[in-house]
Amino acid sequence: MSVEFCGLQLAHPVINGSGTFDAIAARRAFGDQLLRDFPFSAYVSKTITLEPRQGNPPPRLWEAAAGLINSIGLPNKGLEGYLAEDLPQIVEITGAGAAEVPLITNVMGSTAEEISRLLEACDAHEQIAAIELNVSCPNVKTGLDIGSDPRQLEEVVRAVRPRTRKPLIVKLTPNTADVALCALAAQEAGADAVSLINTLRATALAPRDPTLPAGRWLGGGTGGLSGPAIRVVALAQVAAVAARVEVPVVGMGGVQSAADACDLMDVGATLVAVGTESFRDPVAAARIAEGLRAMGAA
Amino acid sequence: MSQAPFARRLLTVTGLDELGAYRVLRVADPDGPEPEPGQFAMLSALEGWGGGEHERPLLARAFSIARRSGGESHFLLEDVGPGTQRLCELRAGDGLWALGPLGRGFAAPEGGRRAILVGGGVGIAPLAILQDQLEGPTSVLLGFRERSRAQGAALLDGARVASDDGSVGHHGLVTDLLLAELQRDPEAVVYACGPAGMLEGVRAICERGGIPAQLALEAGMACGFGACFGCVVPKRGGGYLRVCVDGPVIDAAELERVDAHAGAPIGDPPA
Repeated sequence: MSVEFCGLQLAHPVINGSGTFDAIAARRAFGDQLLRDFPFSAYVSKTITLEPRQGNPPPRLWEAAAGLINSIGLPNKGLEGYLAEDLPQIVEITGAGAAEVPLITNVMGSTAEEISRLLEACDAHEQIAAIELNVSCPNVKTGLDIGSDPRQLEEVVRAVRPRTRKPLIVKLTPNTADVALCALAAQEAGADAVSLINTLRATALAPRDPTLPAGRWLGGGTGGLSGPAIRVVALAQVAAVAARVEVPVVGMGGVQSAADACDLMDVGATLVAVGTESFRDPVAAARIAEGLRAMGAA
Repeated sequence: MSQAPFARRLLTVTGLDELGAYRVLRVADPDGPEPEPGQFAMLSALEGWGGGEHERPLLARAFSIARRSGGESHFLLEDVGPGTQRLCELRAGDGLWALGPLGRGFAAPEGGRRAILVGGGVGIAPLAILQDQLEGPTSVLLGFRERSRAQGAALLDGARVASDDGSVGHHGLVTDLLLAELQRDPEAVVYACGPAGMLEGVRAICERGGIPAQLALEAGMACGFGACFGCVVPKRGGGYLRVCVDGPVIDAAELERVDAHAGAPIGDPPA
């Protein structure tokens, strides 16, 4: 069941998608049972940016057919706040069990310079086992999402890659013409792994209720679709990427069961991440890992 | 704050009682942690919920715990969308997933202040368990749209009722009753739960009168335990509070106003 990923030895292949499990808030809600039964074999932080972000104005959520649109806007305390306040609390949680749960810190910046500063800061903290780079961020110069264009992605990843010795995972965006070309570009530029899929861009109109203002519903205008609705898209994209790259692939998108996780692994994923299903059931990842073990798939 | 077991629990429905336009969902939960008044649980039916051929509901829905009685937990339901519709179809013996109790509940009154409970619509639910646990005299003021919803007032003892259409009690807003009550005795603490407009009315009245107030907010939430960051309301001085972990009970002084989106639906109601 134990699996090797970028030099990390993980107890099982199921981790969380970035921004779908707040270990600090979960400890407040569930107490120390969280520490004993931590459901993920590695813990991915929410996206950290250089400066603090408040996130988008509400409403931030919309339940769609078999899915969830979120327009959260990456609220976080900023790099300094993360390292000083959140990191010690996270490590207390992930380091408490019998087997230490490696911490993967997810970062995002809009320029290579910003990303470089984030990587250097993370590199200096031994509690951080690996770094995941969220490239679903508009480039301030081009206005395009960094990860949506293979050439731009390669340029940025190549520029920032030397700033850390830690494993670097590039979290690809599905909102692009050919995700496999983007994955190849990340690999060429020195990524140690790629993860996908991020949410699919989506929006919702206001409920047809005369007491509510009409128009776009989400405070951020658009959001990202997750949940079982995107599982088949994830399967196609993970398969396309795994067929083209040598580096390990973290597959995610709508995974609700061990069978779903097994599908992603069958098409080439080394690890599987769970996101929206953890909202429905906070120990879903542990259930899925147990199911994989029972299936002999891991 | 009472902490929740770190897993949803499969409970058994013991009954679904009509209460005017509402239903009281009763669930056997003899081993569940004792909730604080104001805490909530995330509920979803064992069957016909989330996945497979059922496109919606997908996410569990948040409900205040309305009462604990004889090893049962009670929840107040109004059929307004696919989640509440499915819950209203449950029968005794059916399975129900529950995660909770979650969030921060009401704090006890300080300094000998008398408690005034102000509720609106289905938001009266957490005031029932609060009334069960408060000591000393309390006033209960409840507002409803019309007569069938006003039957929900039976959930609490000694409620005075206002209705939008004048069919029951005071013809007008529950905040009219609150103003009169505070004029009579301003040495009070206000506990309120209801729609955003009502809560904003209560907040503004209490701010003007220097009356401490605790507001139980509602928000569409995906998880209930701080993971999704979806259920936020703007806080005084900038930034946001997560209703699930910073609330649902929030000191009125922490809010500049009650956001109009608080309590808005999390998806389209069925056509």
